[in-house]
Amino acid sequence: MSKSIKHHLTDDLLMAYAAGNLPEAFDLMVATHLSLCDHCRARAESFEAVGGQVLEDQAQTAQMGSDALAATMALISQGAPTPKPAHKKCAVLPAPLQDYVGGDVNDIRWRPVGMGVKQAILPTTNEATARLLFIPAGAAVPDHSHRGIEMTMVLQGAFSDEVDHFARGDVEIADQDLEHMPVADISEDCICLAVTDAPLKFTKLMPRLFQPFLRI
Amino acid sequence: MFTEIDIATMDEPAADSVPPQPWRTNKRIKGKPVNGTKKSCDTRAEWVNHIKRIRDAQDQAAFAELFQHFAPRVKAFLIRSGSDATTAEECAQEVMATLWHKAHLFDPSRATVATWVFTIARNKRIDVIRKQRRPEPEELDWGPEAEPEQDDVIALQQETAQLRTAILALPEAQRELIEKAYFGDLSHREIASQTGLPLGTIKSRIRLALDRLRHAMN
Repeated sequence: MSKSIKHHLTDDLLMAYAAGNLPEAFDLMVATHLSLCDHCRARAESFEAVGGQVLEDQAQTAQMGSDALAATMALISQGAPTPKPAHKKCAVLPAPLQDYVGGDVNDIRWRPVGMGVKQAILPTTNEATARLLFIPAGAAVPDHSHRGIEMTMVLQGAFSDEVDHFARGDVEIADQDLEHMPVADISEDCICLAVTDAPLKFTKLMPRLFQPFLRI
Repeated sequence: MFTEIDIATMDEPAADSVPPQPWRTNKRIKGKPVNGTKKSCDTRAEWVNHIKRIRDAQDQAAFAELFQHFAPRVKAFLIRSGSDATTAEECAQEVMATLWHKAHLFDPSRATVATWVFTIARNKRIDVIRKQRRPEPEELDWGPEAEPEQDDVIALQQETAQLRTAILALPEAQRELIEKAYFGDLSHREIASQTGLPLGTIKSRIRLALDRLRHAMN
C-alpha cells in the first residue's frame, strides 16, 4: 500500500465498480488502484454498502425452489473451489494485474512500439482496452489528445505532464479535452497501466502517437 | 428485463429460531425491519454471528436461516439484473454456497452481511450474465490469529443501518436511479455521482477498519 497517492479515482468510477457496471478493463484499473489505496478502497466499500441495502430492501423477493436448500448443501459438500495460487509479492504488479499478466513483472510480454517504448495489451472484453506501458527513464510521449476516456496509473517510476507529477498509485484521468505530453522521470523506467474506452487500433496508432525522445 | 416469474414475497425466518447474541439485547423483529431504529440495526447485526457460526462450527442451522433470508433476495436481484428464473435459481444457490466457503473472509468491521452477499451476487452476475472476469483488489483479511474489535463491528453495523434510513428517505426518483445502477440497468456513463448518498460517515468507518487491519497485518 502506498501512502503518498495524490491522484485518486472519481466517485462515478467507484460507484460503477461497486455496482458492477464497468467494462472489464476499467474494473482492472479500479481493482489495481484499490490494491494500493485504502482511501479509495474505503470509498468503494461504502458504495458496496449501498448495494447491500438495495439487495436487502428490494420490493419483491423471488421464491427459491422447494429443494433449493438441500441442493445448496449438496453443492457445499462437494468442497470449496480450488483457491487460486497465492500471489507473489511483486513491487510493481498488484495481485489483480498479476492475474492478467500470468505472473510478475518479468512475465510481461512486451511488444516494442518504437524508441524504447513498449506495451503489452491485456486480455479483457473489447468494450475497453487495458494495456501496460513501458516508458524508458527520461523519455517523453509527444503531445496527444484522446478519444473517449483514458486513465493512466503509475506502477513504477513516475511521469510529469502539464497537469502534475504522477507517481506509483496515482491515476491520471484524461478525456478529449486534455492535450498533454507526459515525460517519464529520469531516475527510473516508468511502467503504467493505461485503460481507454475509445475503440483504438493500437497497432496503427502507436507508432504515430509514441515517438519518445530522450531528454537529457 | 424484469421477469415476474417465480416472484413472491418470502417471510423472514422465525424469531424463535434465532440463538442468543452476545451484544444483542433487543428481540429480533419479525417481518420487515423497522427503519433506522436501534432494533433494526440489531436485526441486521445478528447475521454477523450466523457467519461466525458457519466459519467456526459449520453450523447448518445458521446457514439455513441465512439461506431463507438471502437466497430469495439474491435470486430476485439476479432476475432483476436480466437473468432468467432458472439461471437465477442456480446462481443464487452458488452464491449461498460461496458464502459458506468464504465465511472466513467476511470482515464485519467493514461490511454487513447484506453488503457482503451483495458483492458475491454482483460478481456472479458479472461472471454468468455479463460473461466477464471480475478483477478484485488484493484480498485483506484478519488471518487466523486476529479478529476485528467488537466495538468496530457494532459501529459499522450501526452506520449501515443509518445509511439505510437515509436511502429510504431519498426522493423516489433518486432511489430508483440508485436501484437501477445496482441492478446493472445503467451503464457507467449514466451513473452520476450526484446521487446525494450520505456516505461520509460509513466511509470513515471503513477507512478506520482498514487502518486497524493493516496494523494487525504488519
